[in-house]
Amino acid sequence: MTISPSRRMALATAGAALLLGMAGCERPTKQIFNGIDISGADYGRELRLPDIDGRERTLADFKGKAVMVFFGFTQCPDVCPTALARAVEVKRLLGADGERLQVVFVTVDPERDTPEVLKAYLAAFDPGFIALRGNPERLAATARDLKIFYQKVPTGDSYSMDHSAISYVFDAQGRLRLALSHNQSARAYADDVRKILQSA
Amino acid sequence: MHALIRTTIYASALSTALLAGAVQAQVAVKDAWIRATVPAQKATGAFMQLQAAADSKLVAVSSPIARVVEVHEMAMQNDVMRMRQVPALALPAGRPVDLKPGGYHLMLLDLKRPAKEGETVPLSLVVEGKDGRRQTVETSAVVRGLAAGAPAAQGAKH
Repeated sequence: MTISPSRRMALATAGAALLLGMAGCERPTKQIFNGIDISGADYGRELRLPDIDGRERTLADFKGKAVMVFFGFTQCPDVCPTALARAVEVKRLLGADGERLQVVFVTVDPERDTPEVLKAYLAAFDPGFIALRGNPERLAATARDLKIFYQKVPTGDSYSMDHSAISYVFDAQGRLRLALSHNQSARAYADDVRKILQSA
Repeated sequence: MHALIRTTIYASALSTALLAGAVQAQVAVKDAWIRATVPAQKATGAFMQLQAAADSKLVAVSSPIARVVEVHEMAMQNDVMRMRQVPALALPAGRPVDLKPGGYHLMLLDLKRPAKEGETVPLSLVVEGKDGRRQTVETSAVVRGLAAGAPAAQGAKH
């Protein structure tokens, strides 16, 4: 969660360059986010999974847009629809900048979340949202790389999924920047995404 | 919208009822709703507030649109959502028990058909009293949009 000295130096240098001519030569302060700033993390360098049409998607596909990623499943009673509804609200709060936010939903339950279900489910929120669905091995590798926890939990007649409920934000260059908590508001998310869009 | 549905329930065993007179317990079901589903989605959550007149517990639920209904509890622990089945949900006398997003809820599993926004879905709640007698509370839940209950939607709820 901390930034390495070299990375901090790079950020400060970039920040100083941006601020030149704006505020004299005050040492720029680090940007403050509502989420956890994980810029420069040594994980989450790539997100590569098939979408519901079987097309391989990577972060490079979304260059120029901030990418907000949430892992979940459609049989999730509350957290996942809430996260997606919040994403809709974040886009709305961003106004015109909302077009520069790509929301990505990665299913942790590919067994039941068929492409058909995922397509209808995401369309109920925003047809522009993209669902990614890997086979169990690729899902496991992706989750490991992004430090996402998920686990099948048997219930009486079925199963549920325990899973991390954070949202990640990648910047327009595809760099992992923020981890936001599920209990944060749409406004907190939107404010952070706006800063990410402005900084990239 | 918020009509309090008071459902009077009776002892199921006729002999007991005859012996004890009209044994009555009351369970109030308030604001029952189900989250809408999309075609091919096989499960969804149901939420409501229950208040029992006497100490009892919710032991089983059924609905014509689902092959199975379970009581689950959701908890967030360090930003991980955890879900567990609850064998029975205690309903202490006179105390409202919330089944709401982020806590207890009913899971309608193996849906026979999608739950469409705006429709009303019957639910049968089986409540067991301290004496072990089971009674069925018939109620219904309105189906709200997929995005219902989210922070953005809460303002529009009332």
